Amino acid sequence: MADKLYTRRDVVKVISFSLLAGSGLLGSSCVNKEATEEFLQRHYLEMTEDEKKRVVKRLEERYRKDYGVKFNISTEAAKKGTLWGYGLDLSRCIGCRRCVYACVRENNNSRHDPQVHLIRVLRLKKGNLINLEHSEHYYNPEHVPEEGFIYMPVQCQHCENPPCVKVCPVKATWKEPDGLVVVDYNWCIGCRYCMAACPYKGRVFNWAEPKIPKEEINGEVHYLGNRPRMKNVVEKCTFCIQRVRSGRYPACVEACPTGTRKFGNLLDQESEIRYLIENKRVFRLKEDLNTEPKFYYFFSL
Amino acid sequence: MEAWRFFKRTLVLVLKGRPAYYIWCFLLIAVFSIGLKFYFNQVNEGLIVTNMRDQVSWGLYIANFTYLVGVAAAAVLLVIPAYIYHFEPIKEIVVLGELFAASSMIMALMLVFMDLGRPERFWHLIPFIGKLAFPQSLLAWDVLVLNGYLFLNIFIPVYILVKSYYRQEPNKRFIIPLILFSIPMAVGIHTVTAFLYNGLPARPFWNASILAPRFLASAFCSGPAIIIIIFQAIRAISNIKIKDEALFKIAELIAYAMFLNLFLMGAEIFKEFYSDTIHLAPITYLYKGIGDHRALVPWIWSSFFLNVAAFLMFLLPATRRRIITLNIACLFTIVGIWIEKGIGFVLPGFTPDPLGEIYEYIPNLTEFAISLGIWALGLLIFTLFMKVAIPIVRGDFVHSRHEKKTLQPSLSKNAGIEGKGNLGE
Repeated sequence: MADKLYTRRDVVKVISFSLLAGSGLLGSSCVNKEATEEFLQRHYLEMTEDEKKRVVKRLEERYRKDYGVKFNISTEAAKKGTLWGYGLDLSRCIGCRRCVYACVRENNNSRHDPQVHLIRVLRLKKGNLINLEHSEHYYNPEHVPEEGFIYMPVQCQHCENPPCVKVCPVKATWKEPDGLVVVDYNWCIGCRYCMAACPYKGRVFNWAEPKIPKEEINGEVHYLGNRPRMKNVVEKCTFCIQRVRSGRYPACVEACPTGTRKFGNLLDQESEIRYLIENKRVFRLKEDLNTEPKFYYFFSL
Repeated sequence: MEAWRFFKRTLVLVLKGRPAYYIWCFLLIAVFSIGLKFYFNQVNEGLIVTNMRDQVSWGLYIANFTYLVGVAAAAVLLVIPAYIYHFEPIKEIVVLGELFAASSMIMALMLVFMDLGRPERFWHLIPFIGKLAFPQSLLAWDVLVLNGYLFLNIFIPVYILVKSYYRQEPNKRFIIPLILFSIPMAVGIHTVTAFLYNGLPARPFWNASILAPRFLASAFCSGPAIIIIIFQAIRAISNIKIKDEALFKIAELIAYAMFLNLFLMGAEIFKEFYSDTIHLAPITYLYKGIGDHRALVPWIWSSFFLNVAAFLMFLLPATRRRIITLNIACLFTIVGIWIEKGIGFVLPGFTPDPLGEIYEYIPNLTEFAISLGIWALGLLIFTLFMKVAIPIVRGDFVHSRHEKKTLQPSLSKNAGIEGKGNLGE
């Protein structure tokens, strides 16, 4: 395999590429080497370490050119013996949305046109938890918390049985060994079937080229996480894969001023998340759908 | 080379026509070009130029796609009654029906392509070259069955036509099984397309087992309604004799299909409204509106009345057997079903979204222009198919060595020369 210059697969790819180029669909931009390489880039899980290094180098150069910031793209794999779980204390959440904006900054999300938020905080009238049709997504009071309401932040629930992964027609999204559901932004074809399949609105789409102020760029990124996305691909919360795989908390956990957000390793019996599951009355969203989220809501008070 | 000669002569056939033909083609090309211009802009700017958003992530493109898959399926399913009731001329009906199915299929596939965010990565969908997620993703199933169906519906008529061109009888033992196979395939493409939505528990509006049967019933209304119109057009511009009786019989079949369609719809409405659960919201949005969000309400009620009116007109012999009322009923059906299983089916699935938010989607100019452009492309392809197929099935366009012979009546008695053999009998 290794000493072959071209595999049959490469040849077919080159042929299909030239056909496409010939048809003018790609326009003149495809003639340059970088675009060609990107077009022919393989699925992340099929890349060799060398290929990954080459892709990372190419992307780091491009991002530096585009944003004027030095990027460090990690491809760190899942650690053995980790399965990430999240806890959210509904008694404590005051609906301030600090987590939302910390997330946007950490994850290099598009700020406007489109505004991409991976966390959505719902305001619910007290006495009503399951019927989300009465939830308010765009509450905007002078002060939070408001009398008579509770707040429920929702983001990707990192299901053990994720419907989004099941429906993707090209396997561009998958569940990592540590339970994180990730997307290869360079493999996604932008069909948005996963968005239709997700019961939690955990997936958002980059309807246009993301717009990020240069001075707010976060250069510490993971390939499957917060590296700048391109237009017309789907993205989602990854529990800050770039942080949690190097021993830090997700940005939303750090940003929360009330200690609503808990995070830890479900396989570690000493972890806080395990303590919460064993000692609090936890529930998960839409349990009737059998998606088995690793995102536990609970009431501490 | 023989194939090259055939190709050249076909090209001449396509390029020559009456002024009306040129105007028609030019019109279609113009509409398609406008759509193309909007599409290039969409590719450059991103899908943000449409009105689709995270809440309603599929819109007019996918609505049209769903409708056209039904049309493509029904065009071939029509082969069954054609055989059972001995519609004449059977070979023409098979060829035209399959070419119409192929054109609809091209439109449907193009619409999905228009909807793709990263069209240049379409090769990720190609089995073995890309990474097609077969069998877990229903979209992967759809890619396979839709393309398979398209291949079948091009291969069968082209085979029959080429044989006719050489004044040879098609090899029935070879082609009849393929024609028969295209019938379950027709059911298959529409079922798979229904399952595509059906398999999403996140969307209770689609997650109803009645979906695939409803899809087939409504396809059996809209598809044949379009075919009735097209048969009349073909009859008017060519010398193919399609009897009124065949049209009336098809109309009668639409009456049954429409009855079934309305019945299944009623069953679904009963279940949803009587159980009155948390999952009532999408269908409430569709038929009654939620608060100020009532965009689909006038549409779905128009669709309901159009469908009921069409049902009655197809049912009553007096209106069914008059060309004018027949055509009005067909038009009602085409529009009524388009609303019902296009926007009236796709959009409520997203409204309200899984977290209860209502985003009222109304397609914008870009989406209309691109969708219309694809319809124009499909009609153009079908027109060109017909331009070649009709002279061949009529025996006017044949290999040159037969042309001389047809001039001499004495030779045309030869058994192998008669090109209009009845297939399947």
